[in-house]
Amino acid sequence: MLGLLHSLEIAVGATILGLLIGTWGAYSKLYGGPVVRDLFAVYTTVVRAVPELVLILLLYYAGTDLINQVLAAMGYQRVDISGLVAGIAVLGFVQGAYSTEVIRGAILAIPQGQIEAARAFGMSPGLLLRRITLPAMLPFAIPGLANLWLIATKDTALLAVVGFFELTLATRQAAGVTKAYLVFFLAAGVLYLCVTLISNFLLGRAEKWARRGMPSIKEAR
Amino acid sequence: MSAVVAAKVPSGEAQDGAAEAIHVENLHKKFGQLHVLKGVSLSARDGEVIAIIGGSGSGKSTLLRCINCLENPTSGIIRVNGEEIKLKADSHGHTIPADRRQIERIRSKLGMVFQNFNLWSHMTLIENVIEVPVHVLGVKRDEAVAQAEKLLARVGLAEKRDVYPAYLSGGQQQRAAIARALAINPRVMLFDEPTSALDPELVGEVLKVIGDLAREGRTMVLVTHEMKFAREVATHVVYLCNGLVEEEGPPEQIFGAPKSERLKQFIRNIG
Repeated sequence: MLGLLHSLEIAVGATILGLLIGTWGAYSKLYGGPVVRDLFAVYTTVVRAVPELVLILLLYYAGTDLINQVLAAMGYQRVDISGLVAGIAVLGFVQGAYSTEVIRGAILAIPQGQIEAARAFGMSPGLLLRRITLPAMLPFAIPGLANLWLIATKDTALLAVVGFFELTLATRQAAGVTKAYLVFFLAAGVLYLCVTLISNFLLGRAEKWARRGMPSIKEAR
Repeated sequence: MSAVVAAKVPSGEAQDGAAEAIHVENLHKKFGQLHVLKGVSLSARDGEVIAIIGGSGSGKSTLLRCINCLENPTSGIIRVNGEEIKLKADSHGHTIPADRRQIERIRSKLGMVFQNFNLWSHMTLIENVIEVPVHVLGVKRDEAVAQAEKLLARVGLAEKRDVYPAYLSGGQQQRAAIARALAINPRVMLFDEPTSALDPELVGEVLKVIGDLAREGRTMVLVTHEMKFAREVATHVVYLCNGLVEEEGPPEQIFGAPKSERLKQFIRNIG
C-alpha cells in the first residue's frame, strides 16, 4: 500500500510539473520568439523520440550527478536527491513534452475570435491566459491530458529500475519473499486498474464541467 | 467625423466644439505586399455616429480594427480621447504598439462588437458581461452584476442571464455582445459589421438596439452593409474605396446626392 501511495505521489507530481511545462511550452511554441520556439521544438522532439526508460536512467543518474558536480563546483556540499523528487522531476520532464503538444493543439482549437475579443477589451496577456485561453482550451485538452495522466500512473513502475520503492518494486519484493508471485502481481494489477477506474470517473466529471456551454454533439449527429 | 480639418463643423446632432473622441490621420496599412489602407483620415467627436461603408476589400474593417490596434497600422497617427497611441518598429520592421499598458488602457475604453459575436463560450451571458468590468476595470463583483443585469434587460435578454452563448440564436448572441461592450461604459462603441453574420430575420432586432444607442447620443463608429440603417442613424458617412476615402459627408448628401462616380455605382448596386 505504501508502494501505491508512492506511485500516486509521483504520478500526481509529475503530471502537475508536466502541465506547467506543457502550458509554458505550448505558449512559447505558439507565441514565443524564434529562440524559445526552437528550444521547445528540440525538447519535444528529443524527449518524445527517446524511450522513457532510457530517459529515466539518463536523467536519474546523470541528472543527480550533474547537480552534485555543479554544487561541488560552487563550493556547496553534495546533496542526496530523494527518489521522490527525482522521480517527479524525471517523469514531469517527460510528461511536459507530451503535454506541450496536447495543449498546443487545444489552444489552436479555440475559436480565435474569443481571444481577439479579450484583447479588444484590454486584457493583459496574463489575464487573457488565466481567464480565457486556459478555460477555453480545457475541453479540447482533457481527453489528451487524461491519456497522459493514465500513462503517468503506469510510468511510475519504470522507476523501479532505479530502486525507487513504488508499487511494482514493492510487489516484486513481497512476491520474492513469499514466493506467491501470482497473488501479488494480480493484486498490483487490480490496484493499477482501480486507479484507472477512479481516474476515469473523475476525469469524466472534469470533462463535463469543462464542456459547460458546449451543446452535446450527439444532437448534432 | 469632420476629416482632418478641425475647424470644419461636424454634421448632424454633434455640436461644434465637442471633444474629439477618435482621430485618425493619414493611416496606412500593408499586409505584406497588399496595401489595404493608403492614407485614411477620420475623426469622431462626442455624440457622433460615423458609418463607414464601402465594397468588399475596401479596407473598412481594417480601418476599424486599427483604431484599437487589433491590427497594427503600418504608419499614421491614431488618437483616442486626445491620447496618441505610441507605436514603434519591431526587429522585423513591423509597427507594433510601443507601450502595452497604454494600448490595454485605451482598449478598455472602446467597446468593440464583432461580426461573429465572439462571446466567450465557457461563460454564461452574465459572466460574459461582468468579465471585463470585474477583471480589467476592477469593479466590485456585485456592482458589476447589478449593472450587467440592467444591460441584459435593456437588450431584451434578462431571462437568459444564466444561459451559455451556444444555446442562443445569432441575434441574441449579438445583443449580448453589445451588452458586454456597453458594460465597460465605453467612450466609443466600435461595430465591425454587426449584422453580416445574421439570418435576415434576426438583423432587425440587432439594428434596433444599435439604433437606440445612436439616438441616445452614444459615440459610435459603425462598419456596415445596411445602407438604409446607416442613412437613418449616422451623423456622418464615410465611403471607402481601394483604401482611400472616396467621399464623405452627411448621410443625406452621400445617399441623396453622391458626387463620386464610384459611390453612385456602389449605391446603385447595393440598392
